[in-house]
Amino acid sequence: MPKTEAKISGARLMVELLEEYGVDIVFGYPGGAILPFYDELYKSTKIKHILVRHEQGAIHMAEGYARSTGKLGVCIATSGPGATNLVTGLTDAKLDSVPILAITGQVATNAIGTDAFQEADIYGITIPITKYNALIKSADDIARHFQEATLVALGGRPGPVLLDFPKDVQTELTSVRKVDKLKIDPRHYQKPPIGGDLDSFAAALNKAKRPLLYVGGGAINANASKEIKELAEKGNIPVTTTLMGIGAFPGTHQLAVGMLGMHGTAYANKAVLECDYILNLGARFDDRVAKPGEFAEGAVRAHIDIDTAEFNKRVSVDHLLHGDLKEVLKALIPKVNKVDRSDWVGFLDTLKKNHPLEFDDSTDTIKPQGFLQKLYEKSKGKAIVSTDVGQHQMWAAQYYLFEEANRWLTSGGLGTMGYGLPAAIGAKFGNPNKTVICVSGDGSIQMNIQELATIAMYKKGVKVLIFNNNFLGMVRQWQELFYEERFSESEWNYNPDFVKLGEAYSIKGLRISNKSEIDKALEFFLEDDDARILEVMIPAEEKVFPMIPAGKSQKDMIEFSDTVRAGKK
Amino acid sequence: MKHILKILVNNHPGVMSHVSGLFTRRSYNIDSIAVGVTQDPEISNMVIVVKGDDSVVEQVKRQLLKLPDVIDVEDLAYHDCISRELVLVVVKVEDSNRTEVISICEVFQAKIADLTKTTMTIEFSGNTRQVEHFMEMMQKFGIQEIARTGQIALKYRSN
Ligand SMILES: Cc1ncc(C[n+]2csc(CCOP(=O)(O)OP(=O)(O)O)c2C)c(N)n1
Repeated sequence: MPKTEAKISGARLMVELLEEYGVDIVFGYPGGAILPFYDELYKSTKIKHILVRHEQGAIHMAEGYARSTGKLGVCIATSGPGATNLVTGLTDAKLDSVPILAITGQVATNAIGTDAFQEADIYGITIPITKYNALIKSADDIARHFQEATLVALGGRPGPVLLDFPKDVQTELTSVRKVDKLKIDPRHYQKPPIGGDLDSFAAALNKAKRPLLYVGGGAINANASKEIKELAEKGNIPVTTTLMGIGAFPGTHQLAVGMLGMHGTAYANKAVLECDYILNLGARFDDRVAKPGEFAEGAVRAHIDIDTAEFNKRVSVDHLLHGDLKEVLKALIPKVNKVDRSDWVGFLDTLKKNHPLEFDDSTDTIKPQGFLQKLYEKSKGKAIVSTDVGQHQMWAAQYYLFEEANRWLTSGGLGTMGYGLPAAIGAKFGNPNKTVICVSGDGSIQMNIQELATIAMYKKGVKVLIFNNNFLGMVRQWQELFYEERFSESEWNYNPDFVKLGEAYSIKGLRISNKSEIDKALEFFLEDDDARILEVMIPAEEKVFPMIPAGKSQKDMIEFSDTVRAGKK
Repeated sequence: MKHILKILVNNHPGVMSHVSGLFTRRSYNIDSIAVGVTQDPEISNMVIVVKGDDSVVEQVKRQLLKLPDVIDVEDLAYHDCISRELVLVVVKVEDSNRTEVISICEVFQAKIADLTKTTMTIEFSGNTRQVEHFMEMMQKFGIQEIARTGQIALKYRSN
């Protein structure tokens, strides 16, 4: 039953709940329908509000913050256009399982449904793209919705939640600060018990001669890096990760075979073809990785996941275990035998040697791959790296190695151009002492470039790297390979002067186009903790290899050497 | 195959969109949907009939269970169950065939709910097959309007 205390406004209560919950930073943008809340926020000494330039920036910052810290990311927007600007970010967070609490203002309850000024049915709009959402109808319901929303956002497989907060509910008085009994079932936020037969699961793994671990973003959400390393080392099992799983296993480890899938390494994709057992740890057999009916078809397939809806969704498996990955692995590892698999590991080592990541480095032009290798060396692999979407994203995934989880921030599921810059800013707020680099393209950066102002305003030392090919590079790559070089609307010969643009925000910048300039440029880029813009001119025809064409399988992979042989490098 | 999903949900606004949205996302055509409150006024029972292959319906079922407002999902297609649908149908009648319609209704134990000089409104309830059968019989008189509730269902109990 509700406890009775002195009455406070709904807005006041929301701010106090955020404070009690430990939220100390929120990203947002004000407007009429959320003003009572902003007025209370103004009085808060515990919560820092980051004023962005676009609500999409706010939610991607909250995502970058959440993914780099493991905490809940919070963003605020007003009703109508403010709220709808969150839609892309909510979808992004849903697909990549990022815990986000979005609070939106809404027109007063008596105006809802009347097409009032700045009204949008954000509750209805966000039903398919949130894990939980609610329109708060009375200030007495705030506490319950808040508790439910935060539990659901972080519980189980994490995801975004949205609370739509009408203006009159923000000013309505309430004394209900806590509810003892929530309406939602605990299965939505408690860790599930381990489901499945651990013994027979382990037996299948122990029997395998050529096993492979296939690690996804779920491993990072479950904080299971330590256990994965233990499992891999104990069983001598090589590890490949998805784009989302990068960092869950040290990229330089002897058992690491890099990323698999469309632009994965040749050795990872070949390992998938050669293995006799594949164990999916918190991945989802995404279509950029697995073609149903053809993925690891010669292998026994096993899957551990917290979300039962992922079982047999795209690829059918022979063995499965349900539960929190960390807990399941803890229970599984003692049952896994130490097996000498040096033949298999050695075989993969040879593959790595014979099919390395390759590019043509014979000219004076800057090759993004080589540049990223240097960036990796110079930053000692210690940076938090966010990316946008396109070729630069894939090159970064291939050439920057990560030793730890939560340092690689990329829009994996939705592939959202415009994600990189705000995500980097959010990460920098969460990790003020770490180097944070946004790797972007000349196309992507312009999707949320206005957030340079946020960097400048808060003096955040975010490093912005722009690979400029005067093209929507990835689109061009597809057009070159699959549309007979008809570059329909992928070329643009009008970019702003990115360096000058940075200067307009008092951010120092530099542009380079010759290989000889790389070292100096990197020094300038990384020398201190100030923001920097580095524009790197690269050839438009540079492509990402290896590549598995969309809808094809590991067997159809095109390697760099194949294109050289075909005289098409 | 036909699946009869019995879905227990919290009884508040928006739940229906959450649930039906999952079917839309998979571009599933819902054959019928019937919702009513249970013995607990806070909980509603939805019965959704869909055609589809087992694996996809299993997916939808698991996705449904992820919705915070969904309490339980059961596929009654795999159980013996009692199912009913109510139809109201308006048929054209003339003096010459009125008695024929009435006698068919008697056989089916359908009720005559309204009568005019040229039409008859009949109320019939039964399981899907009976309803279909009944509608077939009415067809030849000329159906003017139909209202169907959609199927509801409960498992048979054993003591
Ligand atoms: C919001 C959005 N619109 C469109 C796309 C489709 N898309 C994927 S990659 C790409 C090109 C990206 O170009 P750029 O940012 O310059 O990066 P590059 O591929 O050249 O490295 C486009 C248009 C997308 N992913 N996101």
